[in-house]
Amino acid sequence: MQAQEIFDILKNQFPDAVTALNSEPSFDPFIIVETAQIANVALFCRDDEHLQFDYLMCLSGMDLGENLGVVYHLYSTTLAHRIVLKVTAPKTNPKVPTVERVWRTADWHERECYDLIGVIFEGHHNLIRILCPYDWEGHPLQKDYKTPEEYHGMKVPY
Amino acid sequence: MGLLNRLNDPYEGGGIILGTVEDVLNWGRSKSDWYLSFGLACCAIEFMAMNASHFDFMRFGTIFRTSPRQADFIMTTGTVTLKMAERIKKLYEQMAEPKYVMSVGSCSNSGGPYWEHGYHVLKGVDRVIPVDVYVPGCPPRPEAMEEGMVKLQKLINQEAIFNKRKKMADLEKLAKSEK
Repeated sequence: MQAQEIFDILKNQFPDAVTALNSEPSFDPFIIVETAQIANVALFCRDDEHLQFDYLMCLSGMDLGENLGVVYHLYSTTLAHRIVLKVTAPKTNPKVPTVERVWRTADWHERECYDLIGVIFEGHHNLIRILCPYDWEGHPLQKDYKTPEEYHGMKVPY
Repeated sequence: MGLLNRLNDPYEGGGIILGTVEDVLNWGRSKSDWYLSFGLACCAIEFMAMNASHFDFMRFGTIFRTSPRQADFIMTTGTVTLKMAERIKKLYEQMAEPKYVMSVGSCSNSGGPYWEHGYHVLKGVDRVIPVDVYVPGCPPRPEAMEEGMVKLQKLINQEAIFNKRKKMADLEKLAKSEK
């Protein structure tokens, strides 16, 4: 199934949540989804008989200057098609509903996104840091991050 | 050293060895060092290659021990992150004296390829524990790690048990005269 058909199915189901399809030929086509509805859209993507996106390949975070974004790469193992969903949230209030109940793998992916980019996933059962130490301050992969001088008595810079 | 070449001496009746207690103890300690291997990252793969039959690390008398209480020295092979550095310090404090540290690879020597932008990497394990031998390389070849072991054996052979201050002063004089 092609990206345009997937977009049409989603647009029929959620007319106000699914906003745009970007299908430039140079990279993967992606669909921009409204942030508050992402959990419903994800559940529909997984359960609908024409879509059957049962595999969340990757959940990534983006730092877009003023906003933070989350990218979902979906794949269907039964129907062999793929699509990309994108949501954005402002940096001052970076809240995105969790898709942990839809795909179990999103549990640790969202913890990594929170740890390194700073997106807070609402509804997650255990949103704590996964890669950095538990009492680390700041979110290291944001563009304006500064390395701390010291951590627990150890000097951090070279 | 004169430790083993008098075993067949006909005048002494054979079977008598004369030597100093320090020599015998240091010989025993350096030739059967048991290590606590701290395989953290890619250097651990080269370390496993060194333990295999082609390079055979066991011929130095070393055995891999899993508990710090049973180990003589610790080999930090791989990148030491800030999260791990606290645990390494705890393990080092749990080891019994006399203990040594061999730092293998660029990452545990001085931060390695993460020296400039690594916010999570401890730039050198010698910021938390005292290191005796540094083995450079990224990763070091197994022969380089074995040379590090030979250097550690030489270091142990020079240890003093009696008259420590005099022996240290003699060694320093020897090192200065060699320069």
